[in-house]
Amino acid sequence: MIPSLFDYFAPSTLDETLLLLDQYGEDGKILAGGHSLIPAMRLRLAQPEKIIDIGALRPQLSYIKQNDNNIVIGAMTSYYEIETSTLLKETWPVLPEATSLIGDTQIRNWGTIGGSLVHADPSSDLPAVLLALGAELVLQSKAGGERLVPIEEFFVHIMTTSIEPNELLIEIRIPKPQGQKASYVKLANKASHYAVVGAAVVVSLNQGIIREIKIAFSGLAATPLRAEGVEEALKGQLPNDAIIAAACKECAAEVDALTDLHGSQEYRRAMAEVYAKRAIKAAISRNLSLIRL
Amino acid sequence: MKRTIKLKVNGTTYERAVEPRTLLVHFLRDELGLTGTHIGCDTTQCGACTVIINGQSLKSCTAFAVQMDGAEVLTIEGLAKGEELHPIQTGFWEEHGLQCGFCTPGMILTSYELLQRNPNPTEAEIRKGLEGNLCRCTGYQNIVKAVQHAAQQINNAATESKASPVEAAKVP
Ligand SMILES: Cc1cc2nc3c(=O)[nH]c(=O)nc-3n(C[C@H](O)[C@H](O)[C@H](O)COP(=O)(O)OP(=O)(O)OC[C@H]3O[C@@H](n4cnc5c(N)ncnc54)[C@H](O)[C@@H]3O)c2cc1C
Ligand code: FES
Ligand code: FES
Repeated sequence: MIPSLFDYFAPSTLDETLLLLDQYGEDGKILAGGHSLIPAMRLRLAQPEKIIDIGALRPQLSYIKQNDNNIVIGAMTSYYEIETSTLLKETWPVLPEATSLIGDTQIRNWGTIGGSLVHADPSSDLPAVLLALGAELVLQSKAGGERLVPIEEFFVHIMTTSIEPNELLIEIRIPKPQGQKASYVKLANKASHYAVVGAAVVVSLNQGIIREIKIAFSGLAATPLRAEGVEEALKGQLPNDAIIAAACKECAAEVDALTDLHGSQEYRRAMAEVYAKRAIKAAISRNLSLIRL
Repeated sequence: MKRTIKLKVNGTTYERAVEPRTLLVHFLRDELGLTGTHIGCDTTQCGACTVIINGQSLKSCTAFAVQMDGAEVLTIEGLAKGEELHPIQTGFWEEHGLQCGFCTPGMILTSYELLQRNPNPTEAEIRKGLEGNLCRCTGYQNIVKAVQHAAQQINNAATESKASPVEAAKVP
């Protein structure tokens, strides 16, 4: 289908973009990689009156760097850049790995990490991974300057975040690993590869004992969700299959899980348990292989 | 309000006024008459509309033509040099990589990007690289063989001319 009419703006600088967002943020939309927005516009699920195409900011806003404490990723960094980043493979390989499971080649060429976060589709992958990694988001507006938002406070509901209409997401900061290892596994929709349910785990061990663990689900509920009960149950434990299984048992029973044609609420709850176990084991074996080396 | 864009398609520069909501695929087919780029779905899934933008594959149903101001676009029509087929086209011909041919332009262009990134892909890498292109006819087996055939031809040509396989397969 052909999208409905809109006014088109193509700012060439960040300042210009923030000015346009200040004026039109309420009834306008930023166009980044376009791989969530344009499909929605074609189905006329979205009919924004103004489109602010930030394609020209790509050189400025796509980068993967490190400073003393963080890995920093520009909001317009594409999935392909994440998937092929040497720095990420050396620091948080879970990011290139999870990214390589997104959509397909063409989608990974164009989709951006920032677009994925702001779109906040519950079945997206990186929001849950970044939640487990404890990322921090840098938002910028003309009126308010820079605002730092911990990812725990970013996702509000299905496709709704705490970004203000006049704000642009410009950067994602991820604490550098300090001995933790991470994993992400998902049950992918066969056609689109979106997560029916996925689980991201970040864990550190001390002499085989779980010191710290964070688990986050994609696809399960309206927003990416931490499995705090499982985290608590595993902290301080010397993990084995039985302990992991006990900690994960019915871990999503109380969750207000999504239900749609890809999976009922009951199915998603059951799969959350299965994928949590798999992700925990994958992250732990990564720690152990490190110790053996 | 229409906007004027200037872009290069298969080496030719075009300047056209377009409505911002015009999808790139409609621009290529209806405005430039390049109907080798197909439309197979409404959900960005089939890949029949795949073209190469500045070296990267894109499903042209999922971009607006206005976004391509200044871009270099390669469509299936730009791959052969006159009568001489590109090695990937030869590969699809020789290995029966097509039946109805509807998915073929997209398959070939995604394969083009794949071989530019990785001139010696394994079977698994070919299948992973083409996961965004659906074929309802072939069962993919011969498509994999077609890409392997192309990779072989490209590597042979590269050895002969002492060029890199990436250069040997590249369309200017
Ligand atoms: C067939 C298909 C399969 C897919 N499969 C998967 C999958 O398996 N896993 C997955 O995670 N995703 C999947 N996706 C979604 C894909 O990851 C999207 O590309 C991504 O979610 C959005 O990024 P984008 O840059 O394309 O954003 P856009 O579509 O350009 O924008 C999305 C939204 O975010 C806003 N926005 C974008 N950037 C910014 C910014 N910097 N600041 C403020 N607002 C901004 C836009 O205004 C818009 O509302 C799939 C998409 C398709 C079409
Ligand atoms: S027409 Fe199907 S992906 Fe573009
Ligand atoms: S050859 Fe018919 S769809 Fe692929």
